[in-house]
Amino acid sequence: MSLWRQVARGMRGLARRADVDHDVDDEVQHYLEQATAAHVARGLGPDAARRAALIEVGNPTVVRERVRDYGWENVAAATVGDLRVALRRLRTHPGFAVVAVLTLALGIGAATAIFGAVNPILFEPLAYPHADRVVMVSDTRGDGSRLETAYGTYLEIAQRSRSFAAIAATDAWRPAMSGTGEPERLVGQQVSASYFRALGIPPATGRDFVDTDDQPGAAKVAVLSAGLVARRFGGDPHIVGRAILLDGDPYTVIGVMPRGFDNVLESSADVWTTLRMNAHATFQSREWGHHQTIVARLRPGVSLDQARHDLDAIARTPVTDFPRPAWASLSSGLLVHALQYDVTSGVRPALLAVLGAVVLLLAIACVNVTNLLLARGAQRREEFAMRVALGAARSRLVRQLLTESLALAACGGIVALGVAAAGVRALVALTPAGVPRARAIGLDGRAFAFAFAITALIGVAVGVTPALRASREALGSGVQRGAGRVAGGHAATRRVLVVAEVALALVLLVGAGLLLRSLDHLFAVAPGFEPAHVLTMQVDAAGHRYDSDSARLQFFTQALDAVRAVPGVASAALTSQLPLSGDIDSYGIVFQNASTNGGDEGAAWRYAVSPGYFATMGIPLRAGRLIDTHDLPGAPEAIVINESFAKRRFPGRAPIGQRVRMGPEIDDTSRSWDYVVGVVGDVKQASLAADEPDAFYVASGQWPWVDNVQSLVIRTRGEPAALIPLVKRAVWSVDKDQPITRVATMSELVSRSAAERRFALVVFEVFAAAALALSAIGLYGVLSGSVAERMREIGVRCALGATRAQILSLVVREGMGLTLIGVAIGLAGAAAATRALATLLFGVSRLDPATYAGVVVLLAGVSAVACWIPAWRAARVDPSITLRAE
Amino acid sequence: MTEPNTDVIQGTLDLLILKTLSLQPMHGFGIARRIEQISRGVFRINPGSLLTALQRLERSGWLDAEWRQTENARRARYYSLTRAGRKQLEVEASTWNQRASAIARLLRAEA
Repeated sequence: MSLWRQVARGMRGLARRADVDHDVDDEVQHYLEQATAAHVARGLGPDAARRAALIEVGNPTVVRERVRDYGWENVAAATVGDLRVALRRLRTHPGFAVVAVLTLALGIGAATAIFGAVNPILFEPLAYPHADRVVMVSDTRGDGSRLETAYGTYLEIAQRSRSFAAIAATDAWRPAMSGTGEPERLVGQQVSASYFRALGIPPATGRDFVDTDDQPGAAKVAVLSAGLVARRFGGDPHIVGRAILLDGDPYTVIGVMPRGFDNVLESSADVWTTLRMNAHATFQSREWGHHQTIVARLRPGVSLDQARHDLDAIARTPVTDFPRPAWASLSSGLLVHALQYDVTSGVRPALLAVLGAVVLLLAIACVNVTNLLLARGAQRREEFAMRVALGAARSRLVRQLLTESLALAACGGIVALGVAAAGVRALVALTPAGVPRARAIGLDGRAFAFAFAITALIGVAVGVTPALRASREALGSGVQRGAGRVAGGHAATRRVLVVAEVALALVLLVGAGLLLRSLDHLFAVAPGFEPAHVLTMQVDAAGHRYDSDSARLQFFTQALDAVRAVPGVASAALTSQLPLSGDIDSYGIVFQNASTNGGDEGAAWRYAVSPGYFATMGIPLRAGRLIDTHDLPGAPEAIVINESFAKRRFPGRAPIGQRVRMGPEIDDTSRSWDYVVGVVGDVKQASLAADEPDAFYVASGQWPWVDNVQSLVIRTRGEPAALIPLVKRAVWSVDKDQPITRVATMSELVSRSAAERRFALVVFEVFAAAALALSAIGLYGVLSGSVAERMREIGVRCALGATRAQILSLVVREGMGLTLIGVAIGLAGAAAATRALATLLFGVSRLDPATYAGVVVLLAGVSAVACWIPAWRAARVDPSITLRAE
Repeated sequence: MTEPNTDVIQGTLDLLILKTLSLQPMHGFGIARRIEQISRGVFRINPGSLLTALQRLERSGWLDAEWRQTENARRARYYSLTRAGRKQLEVEASTWNQRASAIARLLRAEA
């Protein structure tokens, strides 16, 4: 009931303001009359009685105001009033308003954009039920790095481990779809029957895979994405049960995944089928190649650590039921990581660094605006003193000032939404290809809530110091005219803030500088080939026409001949895997007489290449001969290995003529040995920064099978990109139905391989530039204020004979002193903070003296400019004018 | 600083108002005068505090307020106790008595 009264009375107060005010006036007036009457009754004259009553009651205006202040509606009304005053103030000081709002918009906008990118990728759980239980399992190389897993290993884990409710192997699948509309190469996955159960998302319509779908020779079935059904089948609700043609085979559609299913392992996958692999395959078969990715769901109650122990035990104790080949011996153990950690591990360092950078930028923006508000507080000192003299309580002043800073922050927040939208667009464009969940980057409700929260927080944060300080001073100083001459604590606070700004800016600049130098170093790394004027594209031999090795070899040979005939092509070749393209394909290799065969037979890059590959790529020959046109199927197998591999396995000996076995034939002792015929230079395969150069090359026709997807490399005489249509037409002249994908120049692939670092670098550069500008503005503001406050002092100095140079140096010294303190603190901060950047750096220490020195020089230079303007103004002070003005 | 402290102790103003109005409806000045008289001038009521307190008690549902015509044809706002107000008076009076007797005991023990 009393709540109801509160609301009802409040509403009445709002709706009928005049009536309520009139009632209060009347009541106070009546009180005064009664008091007067009481004094008259005691015998005073009317005037004396009235005076006595006034003394007793006090100032009627104050009484009325106090009574009127009561009630929530009056608090609301006062806030609206404060807001109106605040906005009017911003309007009448457009310079201040624009600088402050833009600074806040920059800080809040940048933070919101980065939050919009980082939150969905790193922090929001994946969109699976109990996503924290979904893990990835993989084999490891000798150095502990991750290695794709063999199907045989998957089977052993699936049957021996007790940690998983579901476990599935997955392999990339790129089927060409024909039959309806244009032929199209789809992105898909071949998976174990339990794949969707491991993720926890069943098909929305139709059925999930069952174990019998995953037997060798089982009927071919497919699950489609909702997107593919909408795009290619007009959203057909009866698609389940229909047959579609993939790589020329009919597949029965058994299910459709829900719209919005987030398949993080292959985010653009549109089609899934089963692996149908052989559980009892020989070591020579595909089942024992390293190409499976394993995903599993932990049983409820089983922790990640328990699963690790379980798999460790399995890896350490081979059993006779599950024989292992040398290249999948699990001697280095198995890796188990949470799925989210695993899919984001590549971008995590860059994203965390960027998150740190934006926090620094936001801090600088806040410090800058606090400084502006402090400066304005100094200018408004007399106004506050006046209000206190008129009876305003301190809390009232603080409320007014906080309302002003909140209004400022709100304006900044609104503009920030524009900044954030633009920022997110830029981030999406900058995001390295293959970043998992990149599609989730955007401004969603959470990002808006985040922006709102930091806006409110910043409103209070930037407002509270100036508000408390201004209200305290107003109480202390009264309406003294001379108050303006006291520099006092204000200036000290502002100096501290400027020092903080300079220090923060320095940290950001050092970060940007280190990343810039890392990227320079990275691109100075020789990739081992000559990327200029090389065009590359991936060519398929899909469909039953190419079931046999000879048919595939013939198609690729003919296609290569057709491409070589294109005008402008200097040379062309084919390879099974292309450096820096993301291809990852390694096989075991053992030498009969190697000094060491190492424990990592699984880990040498395998290149099945056509003759002319080395010349086209510009890979130099170091010893022996290259693969040539005589290395045909049936001829003795010729193996070329790379330089550092040769040096490590045959130190001080000639590698040429050494006996070798490779790939699936590694344990097949019935076969005769192959021979090393040549040694070539090292090539960067996975990335420019990685140091894992072991590789072997074999002629395409001499590998146990002919790869059905190969990369064309074409050295051109002119601009490589210009030849793209001609080369495509040449390939299609052999078979017009074969998809051509991943068209890029080699130079593009090289620069793309550093995309994560480049992403971090661009963000750091932008933020560091903004931080530099903000700290210069802050320094300029403080010095201008200081010069304005010291006009009189400077005038006196001039009058006493100080030269312009002396005045100049007076101001510049003050500014540079602040800068140097900031630099000193910033250097210490940078030395600590750059630890977070360590994994992104390459070829440069995080304490690189050249970078630090360069940044200090840059910052000092910009500070000097910021000091110079107010100093110059001070030096032009005319003593006769300033002194007379007082 | 020889003047005795005549400010109404924080929180007791409500009790004084409720008690005063339990006898009969009154307007603001009447309440202030009655409190001063009965307390023999110990409590001097600041009109700003009084009128604000009346608003608050009215909002809380302990008082009713109405405008009445006075004998000299003037509008005056009269306050009266509601049933909830009467209960509240009992509650506040008993807490006050408890406290006062506790303080009295403490003072006696001190002496």
